[in-house]
Parts: sequence; structure tokens; C-alpha cells
Amino acid sequence: MELTIDGRMVKAEPGTTILQAARSAGIDIPTLCQDDRLEPFAACRLCLVEVEGARGPVASCAAEAAEGMVVRTETDEIVEQRRVLLDLMLSDHKADCLTCDRAGDCRLQDLAYRYGVETSSYAGEKREYPLRDDTPFIVFDPSKCILCGRCVGICDEVQQCHVLNFAERGFPAFISTSYGRSMVETTCEMCGNCVSACPTGALQDKRSRHTVRAWDVEKVDTVCPYCGCGCNLTLHVADGKVVRVTSKVGEGPGGGNLCVKGRYGFEFIAHPDRLTRPLVRVDGTLTPASWDEALELITSKLFEIRHEHGPDAIVGFASARCTNEEDYVFQKFMRAVIGTNNVDHCARLCHASTVTGLAQSFGSAAMTNSFADLEMADAFLIIGSNTSESHPIGALHVKKALRNGAKLIVADPREIDMARRADIHLRLRPGTNVALLNGLAHVIIEEGMADDEFIAARTEGFEEMREAVRPYAPALVEEITGVPADKIVAAARILGTVERAAILYSMGITQHSHGTEHVLAISNLAMLTGNVGRPGTGVNPLRGQNNVQGACDMGALPNVFPGYQPVTDPALRARWEEAWGVELPAEVGLTVTETFDAIHEGSVKALIVMGENVMLSDPDQTHVEEALRKLDFLVVQDIFLTETADFADVVLPAACFAEKDGTFTNTERRVQLLRKAVEAPGEAREDWWTWCELAHRLGHAEKWHCTPTQAEIMDEIARLTPSYGGISHRRLDKEGGLAWPVPDEEHPGTPILHTERFARGKGRFFGVEYKAAAEEPDEDYPLTLTTGRMLEHYHTGTMTRRVEGINELVPTGFVEISPADAERLGVVDGRPVTVETRRGRIETPAWVTDRVGEGVVFIPFHFWEGPANRLTNPARDPQAKIPEFKVCACKVSPVVGS
Amino acid sequence: MSERADRIEAAFAHVFHPSMVSAREGEQEVRVCAATTCAGSGAGAVRDAFRDELTRRGLQQEWRVVETGCRGSCDQGPIVSVEPAGVFYPRVSPASVPRIVAETLVGGRPVEDLLYRHPDTGRPVARAADVPFLLGQRRLVLALAGRIDPASIDDAIAHERYRAFVEALIADEPDDVIDAVEESGLRTRVGDPGSVGSRWRRALDGTHDERFVVCTADEGDPGAFADRTVLESDPHAVIEGMLLAAFAIGARHGVVRVRRDHAAAGERLRGALVECRERGLLGRDILGAGLSFDIEIDAAERMLVCADETALIASLEGRRAVPRIRPPAPTEAGFRGRPTVVSDAVAYAAVPWIVRNGAAAYAAAGLHEHTGTRVFSLSGQVRNGGVVEVPAGTSLRRVVEDIGGGARPGRRLKAVQIGGPLGVCLPATALEAPIDDLAAGSSSLVVLDDRTCMVDLARHLLSISQREGCGTCVPCRLGTKRSLEILERIVDGRGRDGDMELLAELGTYCSQGTLCVLGGNASNPVLGTLRDFADEYEAHITERRCPAGVCRALITYSIDPEACTGCTLCAQRCPAAVISGREGQPHVIDVSGCTKCDICRQVCPDGAVRVRSGVSQAVAPGTA
Repeated sequence: MELTIDGRMVKAEPGTTILQAARSAGIDIPTLCQDDRLEPFAACRLCLVEVEGARGPVASCAAEAAEGMVVRTETDEIVEQRRVLLDLMLSDHKADCLTCDRAGDCRLQDLAYRYGVETSSYAGEKREYPLRDDTPFIVFDPSKCILCGRCVGICDEVQQCHVLNFAERGFPAFISTSYGRSMVETTCEMCGNCVSACPTGALQDKRSRHTVRAWDVEKVDTVCPYCGCGCNLTLHVADGKVVRVTSKVGEGPGGGNLCVKGRYGFEFIAHPDRLTRPLVRVDGTLTPASWDEALELITSKLFEIRHEHGPDAIVGFASARCTNEEDYVFQKFMRAVIGTNNVDHCARLCHASTVTGLAQSFGSAAMTNSFADLEMADAFLIIGSNTSESHPIGALHVKKALRNGAKLIVADPREIDMARRADIHLRLRPGTNVALLNGLAHVIIEEGMADDEFIAARTEGFEEMREAVRPYAPALVEEITGVPADKIVAAARILGTVERAAILYSMGITQHSHGTEHVLAISNLAMLTGNVGRPGTGVNPLRGQNNVQGACDMGALPNVFPGYQPVTDPALRARWEEAWGVELPAEVGLTVTETFDAIHEGSVKALIVMGENVMLSDPDQTHVEEALRKLDFLVVQDIFLTETADFADVVLPAACFAEKDGTFTNTERRVQLLRKAVEAPGEAREDWWTWCELAHRLGHAEKWHCTPTQAEIMDEIARLTPSYGGISHRRLDKEGGLAWPVPDEEHPGTPILHTERFARGKGRFFGVEYKAAAEEPDEDYPLTLTTGRMLEHYHTGTMTRRVEGINELVPTGFVEISPADAERLGVVDGRPVTVETRRGRIETPAWVTDRVGEGVVFIPFHFWEGPANRLTNPARDPQAKIPEFKVCACKVSPVVGS
Repeated sequence: MSERADRIEAAFAHVFHPSMVSAREGEQEVRVCAATTCAGSGAGAVRDAFRDELTRRGLQQEWRVVETGCRGSCDQGPIVSVEPAGVFYPRVSPASVPRIVAETLVGGRPVEDLLYRHPDTGRPVARAADVPFLLGQRRLVLALAGRIDPASIDDAIAHERYRAFVEALIADEPDDVIDAVEESGLRTRVGDPGSVGSRWRRALDGTHDERFVVCTADEGDPGAFADRTVLESDPHAVIEGMLLAAFAIGARHGVVRVRRDHAAAGERLRGALVECRERGLLGRDILGAGLSFDIEIDAAERMLVCADETALIASLEGRRAVPRIRPPAPTEAGFRGRPTVVSDAVAYAAVPWIVRNGAAAYAAAGLHEHTGTRVFSLSGQVRNGGVVEVPAGTSLRRVVEDIGGGARPGRRLKAVQIGGPLGVCLPATALEAPIDDLAAGSSSLVVLDDRTCMVDLARHLLSISQREGCGTCVPCRLGTKRSLEILERIVDGRGRDGDMELLAELGTYCSQGTLCVLGGNASNPVLGTLRDFADEYEAHITERRCPAGVCRALITYSIDPEACTGCTLCAQRCPAAVISGREGQPHVIDVSGCTKCDICRQVCPDGAVRVRSGVSQAVAPGTA
């Protein structure tokens, strides 16, 4: 449709507002309360325009454009109206622009300038509320607040924490938490999205306050280094330091929204603990050395061990934290230079069972849909994912759908935040996922809700599955899982009847000794209800780390080359041999978990760890520690001296995400570009450089095609990896992220997989049986221990625990224990307890809470001082080799004398 | 009759318990108004006195004492009427009850000195129907108010309540109900005043099959009590209206917002809802006709901002009462995001009458091109205040002078304020204006006499809007604040040249640019008084005087030496101790210390204290 704005014909899609139509034509209508992330609020009234035939001025942010509409945005009358409004706003605004941090980046200032309102002509009362400086990251100065309501809107509509609201009425109205408490005492998640929405200096990032003027920062767009959401960050750099982080509205998975880690977890970059020089163990002590000395030592040791014990005595752990280019180079180094397929990384510990499971059922092991299209779902099943804490930005998309009426079913042993938002919370016993999923499938089949058409056209093996789920009547499932039968039926009816249902899952599904079967049961349910291949549906494993998807894509796995090309396939192997100019090993290598057993057995002598912290992240810490001590040679490359690096013979200082170019692939398969913002500290180098350098030193100079820019490495990846075929740094720089498969330069990417056909042709149902966890509670260890993440901290804490404000929010670990268990065991909230399993014991404070049910305790694994993985069970899934982090038997007792 | 009709009629027959009817036309009854105003002036004691007296005389079988709802003439309470003769007694005290019983009940003749006196002639008026206050009215909506016991569903049914609903159920043509309401021209005061019927029709358009019927009796401004009166006096009219709405649009749930401080209205409604549920007029499958509907009460504090439908809905949903932008209109996405029809209690109470008597009959009740009736609460400086129902289009003058009896003795009618803080002020010269949709959201009609300062009135009304706005939209939150500050300085004697222009400019921009009904109308009192009472503003600003003698900073107190008898009362009570004079001698006020508290004027038995508009020129103490 067409309308006329300021005399120009403007085309607009039906449903767009006048404001959007004007902006698309480059006509700038001023706004203060409008935010693209929010529904129109229309409170500031600055966007009033004249519409021919309308009774009075029209708020263009809210009014829809209509065919033939005639709009004038800057008539004398409208301009005068805006002046009066700005005059009024300034009459109640502390205009301390000379010292305000937002000066130069303040929308109110811009508009006062544009309309020539120097000072207010009203000398009336001003609201005087004290400045609130009572959180680690956010400062609120109500005297600068113009009550545009954007912070309230973000907190209500986007973050849905409902922390902020208007208080009082009329003139004294102000923004407040309930009862005026500090935000940290509320349900606030400290995401700072309210700060990002504030058009004035009322809400400010505390860490950058009084440090730099807006015009003195250089802004660099890059990608968040934390979870798999892959939010776009803009790093504000001053004097070579990152001082503030923002995110561009409308860009990246978060669309401008970030979580507390992404927005405020950047202080680790310039932390004094950063490794700045290589360290070499001399007489048992790690001692600074030159790069040359360190690399020479590594070269000789690797040469020697390979010579004596063969290439398979060396194992390399790549990293889900490094760039695609670095992981590519690393696995190439292991395969082409060392000559082994012993390369793996921590995906083994998180989504190995997704890879084995989905590869069998769908033929491709990645999230099928994008975050954005999840907003179109009518219902969600979230199972084994603490989405709002582990993937906070992914959760925003779910929350948005909920706000629009979607139903939510959460299956989780804990009453996590998403469970509180759910229509149905299926509180199952840890490890009983298959029974529950089979039960849901049983009800859907029994009640005739299966999508027969989809099953007939797109799948195979349905009969096998139907037979397998037949015994799983709700009553039996209740017995196994502890979930009331009527809730199972109600959940099944939602999933079986809605048009679009999306399944989201994470490590509550995968980290089990039967994790692959859990994943198969999920793909069964999705196919049974025809929820694959369309927007708002799909099987969506949420990947845990910034580049865990990419590290897998890059072949940092013992069985595949980049792009999931099996090492055992002679034809494919020949291609890689030709490309790399060397003969390549044909046998599948060792996984992370198998490696520690192999070290104990003596078959592995050397371990190279690039950016992982196995001491805290792998199960059965004692077993890992003994293995590390037993090694002949351990190389660790990292940004900090981690718990793992403590055991190393050589430690190499690495550049962090802010100090390099490259790409990360997020959980949506979206490949995104990093841009270097600051220099690495001291002699720290980008990880890929080390492996190129070592390749040269180990005699591969001629055959080694990697040249020293990451852009060129990506070009090599694209040449050899079909799904990355159309990806290049140039293109990503210009177009933003691209979701693979991107077969060629013209291809726009593939946000939704399996639309016409499954990657393997037909989707395959599998009949799976419920099997109990490897270790169940018994008389000696009567409680079930489950582990996981929390919002504020990340992984083994190397980064977040070096961020002062985050430590202020969550200073240490804890064990969640139910009030009933606590009372029975004499455990007191906040007091230390001992948690013990057959593998070890730790001390940590107790958090007595309803979040866990009776008989279950939960420990986050981020904390070295109370390492959950000293307790966990290394029992493995036979196919995926993933350990059972999520279930083991434990006992809890109060620490005597505490 | 069809089977359906038989079934519904049979079910309805079970609803009614004729033996429990208390107010019966044509029988011997003493009807005591028990609505809020009469109750406040002692109706309870009067009722007890009648019961005691009748018992004492052994007449309790022959005469029933019925507590009724409001007859409207609230200034005359407690009101009693003796039926079937219809003898009307205003301001009855328990002491006069024995005489009424002896002479009227037993003797069959009125007690002349207790009768109402005609305001003009001073002659006694015996029958309620002849009281001028009621004479000029056309009571359709309020037809049963004051005639039945509002606590009795059987009284209501005996007076044909729920007949319209039953007939609509039998006819089973929801569209016909909407047509009737639409064609009747029935309007609601909520939000942008508008057609009730067309809202119902729009609510049908949505795709949702869940719809809501919302009734608001939250009259947010002082001086408005029409909805309260209807709920107190004839709650079943409102329930029946909502049932018809539910039937018409296919709603299952209704909500009534009542003011928490309107306790009697809430109680009456609550009781009526309980009775309806017990008798099967609310709940599942009402009268076996397939309609399921129930109504809940949402009691809350008075909120002016709930004059806006979207704010009301937010408040009903348990959120802060903040208006939101439209579209979508509540008829599209209202309560809980579902299509919702919102009207005031008075509008719902009119629906049964319309459905029974036809759209044309209701429309014809209005004068000229106006349709139906309008219900107002008449108060202020008027002789007979109360709740009034008149044909739409009736002139204000008729309401104020004929029904209300005009200004109080000795005072001059100055203006009429309609619709509270969001309404308009009409000067005495403009009273030919017909009553129709003069003001949004409010039923109040406040009469102002010459002792009202229009500048101070504007300040007062604006201060209410300013205080009660939701605080989000800039023109309303800040524009009204700055206007208020200007008005405050004018009444404080600190007005400046240009203030009137500034007020006009601010008021105009603010009313153009706001989000909701409150912001859009908050400047009405200022703009209206600026237009019609500019001279008063000028007197305040340039002459530093308040012509009405109200604004303390702009008046001077003095004692008329001719009138003063030197009783010393004023000097004794003066809190500032600035009145001097010997006993028996004229007293003098030292104006330099006078706080203008007005106590001296109030206590002076001789009316010797004078209030002069303007501030006296600097007078040195002791030289006056």
C-alpha cells in the first residue's frame, strides 16, 4: 500500500505504523518512549503527526499506516507541540549534561538540540528522588528520568521479570521496584536491558560511569563469548580497554537484548590474572619462558612421544570457546601433523548424545529452527533445559511467544524459572525422561492426535515406535517418573493438538548414560506430532557454549572431518588427504571421556588442551586429576591459569574473544563474525597461531596451507566443508550472521532444517525403552544429585568469577536441597554441608529451597571451591560416550561445628 | 408456546417466590428510604421507630415497613412514604413517627406540618408525585428506585424484573437484543461516550469465543453518585442488563467494578448476586436455556483514571490502572485480551426497559433529536439535590431550577459544573443547553453560586486530575502540573501578565496530545473558565482581588462597626489574636496578622464580619 508522508509517496506493508513507514523512507519522526523491542506505549507524545482527516494529532508510533493516508510530520503546529512537550520534559529533568555520562549519546539532548529548546520556560517544582546506587551494575537517577516507560516495558514485555513499574500517580510518579527495594533484592536478572532502553542518563551502566565521554569510545561489533545464543555485542573501547558493552537493537539473536554475562561480564578481559607469557615447568614450578623456548619444548616432546609411542599416544582437546578457524586449525594439526584422530572437545560432555541421536533420526545433529521463528510456536515443550538461566536470550523468544498466548510445558526435576511460567510443570525424577516422553507419545497415539499424514509422508519406523510406547500408559509413567498421570495427559493433549509445537532441550536430556535414547525419544515425539520443518516447531537442542556448534562443525571430534565427514569413509578421507597433502589416519580417535581412561591405562602419554578446563568440567575430578598427574606431557593454552593449567608442563597465553577476529557458530547454526577490539595482553597470542607455528616446527611448513589471517582460514574451510561453502568473512561482515547449510556464495542460509525432506531422507522413528540411571539412590547414598548451570556464572568460572559485580551477586556455589530433606538431615539454610558420593566429597553452603523436590539435590558446577564434578558419575552413554552428569547418588550432612 | 418457551417459563416460575415479596403495589406499607444518604441522616432509627410504634399498637400485621432504595431527593432525607396513598414525608425524625402512625396510617390524613413545602409557594405538598423534584423527572431507569426493597429479588421480580431477559431467552434472537439497544440510542458514559449497542455489535466481530461483560460503578469524582444509587436501589436492573448483554454477545463472565467506599452499593449487589445464583438466574445453563453466565464483583478504591476503559480493564486485571493506546479497542481485545463490552451501571439498568418496551419507546423518551433519558446526580449549592432522571435534551435550566429548585435562598446561581474534573463549567447564562453528552465518565452536575471563585474551582478540579493521572503521558503529567502551578500562583495573588495566555496554550496542547480520556479532558475546567470567566482571572491577576471572596490571598476581613454589637465572640475565637475591641464596643481586625481563617465570620451572631474582595493597601498596624 502507499501513503504520502511529507509530500513523498511511501510504500508500506499492511500493519506497519506510520512511524515505521516514515523511517523506512528516511523521514525521522522524533520519539523517546518508542523502542523497536516493545509494543507501542505512546506516552512521550513526541511522535505526534498530522494526518489529514484525523480529529487531532496522531501518535505515529502506534497508529497504523493506511492506504492513501496523507501525513505531515513537521508542520509548524506539530513542531510547536513538540517544543512544548520538550519544554515540559526539561522542566522536570536534571539537565547536568556537562557531567552526565550519556551526554553525546542522549536522545533527550538530541531532541532538545533539534528543536532548539535550550532550557525549560517553566520554573516549577521538580521531582526529587535520591539516586539509587545499590546494585553492582546499574545506577538509577530518577531526577533524569522522563518516565518514558521503556525500562518498564523491557522488564515486562521482553525480560518478563516485572521488576520495574511506575509508582505513585500524577506528577510525583516515578519508576520503582516494588516497595522501592534494591533491584538485587527483587526478581531482577541484572540483564541491564532496561539500561539499554533508557533514552536519557537516568539508567546507567555503573561500571562505565565517570570513566569516558560518549564521543571518546571506539565501538567494535563482535559476538558474545559466553553461551551458545551468540548475541551480538558492541564493545566500547577507550584507551585500549573495553569499558562498556551494548548490543544493537534489531541485530543478532538477542535483537539488542543481552543477559548479565553478555552485558556486564567483560571485566575478565583486562583482568590482572590474564596469562601474558608462556610458562614452562622447571623443577616442578611453572616459570615464565619465551615463546620460542616453549614451542621448542613442545616440538621436541611431541616428536619424542610420537616417535616412541605412536601418534595415538597424543590426544588434543579443541575448544568450544575458540573460533571456528582455530578449531579447524587445531584438528588439522592433530590429524595432519600429529597423525591421529584423537581430537575431541567438551561437546562430548554436553551434546554428544544429540549428535549421535539426531544423526540417526534426522540425519543432522543441530537445532532445527531459529530463535526468531520459535516466537511463532503455539506451544513449547522444554525438557531438561534451564532455558532462562543457561540460554537467557533464547528464553526471551519463548517468553515473547508466551506473552502472545503460546502454551508452555516444562519437564524438569527442579522448579526452575521457566517452570514457574509454565502451564504445566512435569516434575519428573532425574533420569526418567524416556518414560515421560514415551508416555506423552502413548497418550497422543491412544487419543488419535498423531499427525498421520506427516508420519506417512515423511517418516519410517513408526510401527516400531508405536509398539515400544504401548506399555507406557500414564499410570505406569507416573510410577516411574513421579509425574501425576493427569498432567501427562494434559501435556500430551496440548502437544497433540496445537498447530505448531517446538521442543527445546538441553543437558537434562543429553547428560545421561542413555542420553542418545533420550534424544531419540524426543525426535519421536516431534515427528509423531508433525512438528518438524516448519516455523515455530522443531527439535531444538540448545548448545551450551559460544562455539560448541562450530567446534563440532569444524571436526573437533574423533570420528569426523569438518562438516561431519566420517574419517572412516575412504573416499572422503582421500579428499582431505589431497587437500592437506598428507596421509590421514583412518581409525576413529579417542573421546574426551575415554582419554582419561586411556591415560590411566598408559596408552596416552601426552595431552594438548586448547582452552578447556577439564579439572572442573569433567566428571569424577579425582579420576581426572590422577590422569593429569600421570601424563608424560601436558600442554595447556588458555587465557588464565586454570585448575587444569596447574598440572601443565607448558602453559601458553591465549588471546580472548575481544582480541581477535574469527567466527563463532551459535546454537542456531548461525555463523557470526568476531572483530578484534583490543590488543591481547603481553605476549598472549591467538590460539590458531600456535598450531600453525608448531606445524611448521614439526616439519610441515610446505604442506601447511594455513596462512596467517583467520579470513583466509575460513576460505579454506569453505572450500572443503559443503555446509560452510558460501561463508566468508567478507560476506559475514556485510550481511551479518548466516545459518548453515550455506552451500554457496549466493545461498541465503538455512534457518529451518528438514523443511522438505530430512537430512537422511525420511525421518526415522526408534523404539526406545526406559532404562534406569547408572547409579540410583540407595541406603548409603539416599539422595539424587543433579548438576547444572546458573544464570550469573559461566562454565568453570574462569571468566565470570573474575568479574567483580557478578561475584557480588553470586559469590560462591551452593547445594539446593528441599525443605523436607533439610529438616530431616538437620541442614540449615546458608550453613555449610558435606555432599558425598562414591567418588568424592565437597563442602558447600546449603540453599534450602522448594526449587528441588524431596530426594533431589542440585549443585551448579562453576565453583572450584565446591566442585560438583568431584562427585559426578563418569558412567557413559555407550554410543555418545557422554557422562551421566545429571544423575548420581549422594548423601548430605551438615558440617560438624558449623 | 414453543417447548423452549414452556421450559424457560417453567424454570422462571420456580425462581419467583411470591410469598416473599415485601413491597406490594396497592397495599398498606411504610416505605423508608435506606439508601446511603438517607441512612446517613438517620433512616435506620426512623425505620425502627415505625416498627416499634406499629408493634406497640398491634398494627404490625396490617402495615409492613419496607426499606427501599433511593427516591432521588437526597437532600430531604430520611424520606418516608405511606402507601398506597403515597403520602410523602421528608426529613423524618423518630420523634415524629408516632404522629405519622396515628394520623396518616390510622387516621388516613397527612400530618400537615411534617409535609414537604413547595419551595416557591411554601404550601405543603402531600403526595410524592407532586413534589417538584420528582415532578419534572422521567424515571425509566430509576423506575423502581425507592419503590421496592432492593435486598429482595422477589420484590424485583414482582415488579417485572427479569421479564425482559426471560422473553429474550424465549425469542432466542441475540441479534434482536443488540438491534434494540442500538436503535434505542442508549449511550454509556464510560470512555468516549458512545452507543452501547454498537459496542456490543463490535464485540461480536472478534474471532475469540470468550467475551466479557464489564460494568463500572466507579464514579471517580466527587459529586457523582448515579451508579451508586442504581446499585443500591435496584441492583437487579443492572444484573438483568448484564444478563441481556451476555445473552446478546455470548459472554460467560461479567465483572462489576464498585467503589470500596460505596459499601451499601457493594453489599446490595453482592446480596443480589447471591440470590440470583441461588435461584438459578446466574450460573450454568440459566433457566435451562443454554446460557451460562456469572458476575463477580471487583471492589477497589475510587480511581478517576478508570474513566478510561483501558485503565479500568488494566485495573480489573490486577494491574496498575494505566490506559493503553487504542486500537485495539476493548471490544476487540479488552479484559484478559478478549472482546469486552464496558458500560456504566446506569446504562445496563436501562437495557431491560429497552428490551421490554422497545427501542422506539426509549428513544422517544428524549426531547427533540435526543434519545432516551439521562441520569444525573445533582448537588452543590442547590436547594434540592439528589439523583435525577430526565429526558435527554432537557435544558440545564429546567434541571437546576425546576427540579433542583435553583440556588439556595439569598444566593445567585453562577454556573453549573458538569462531569467533575474532566467535565465542563457552564455559566448561568448558558443554561439553555440541553443535557445530553455534556461530560465524559461522570454523572455529576454541581450547582455553583456566587460564592464560588471560578479560578479556584479550576485549580481545585485540575489538582484532582493532576493527582490522579496515571503519570505516564507527558502532556498530562507535566502539562497539568505546570498549569496547576500557574493557577496556584494566581489564586495566591502572584499571578503575572501572560498567565492566561500560557494557561490557554498549555491547556490546548495538553488536551490535543494525550493518550486517554483523563489527559484529554483534564484541561477542560481551565479552558472553559478562561473562556467564560475571563474577568475573574483578570481580577485576580491585575487587580489582585478575588471577586467571589474565596481566595485568601486576595480578600480582606473587616468588621462592620455599625453591625458589631461588641459581643467579643470573634475576639475570643480568633486563632491569630488579631481582633481587638472592648465589650459592647465595635471590634477591629488587624489585617496585617489576619490569617483569613473565616472563623470570625462563622461565629459572629450579628453578621458583622465582612469579606472584601481585594487586599487593602498597606495599612500600618493600629492606624485603621
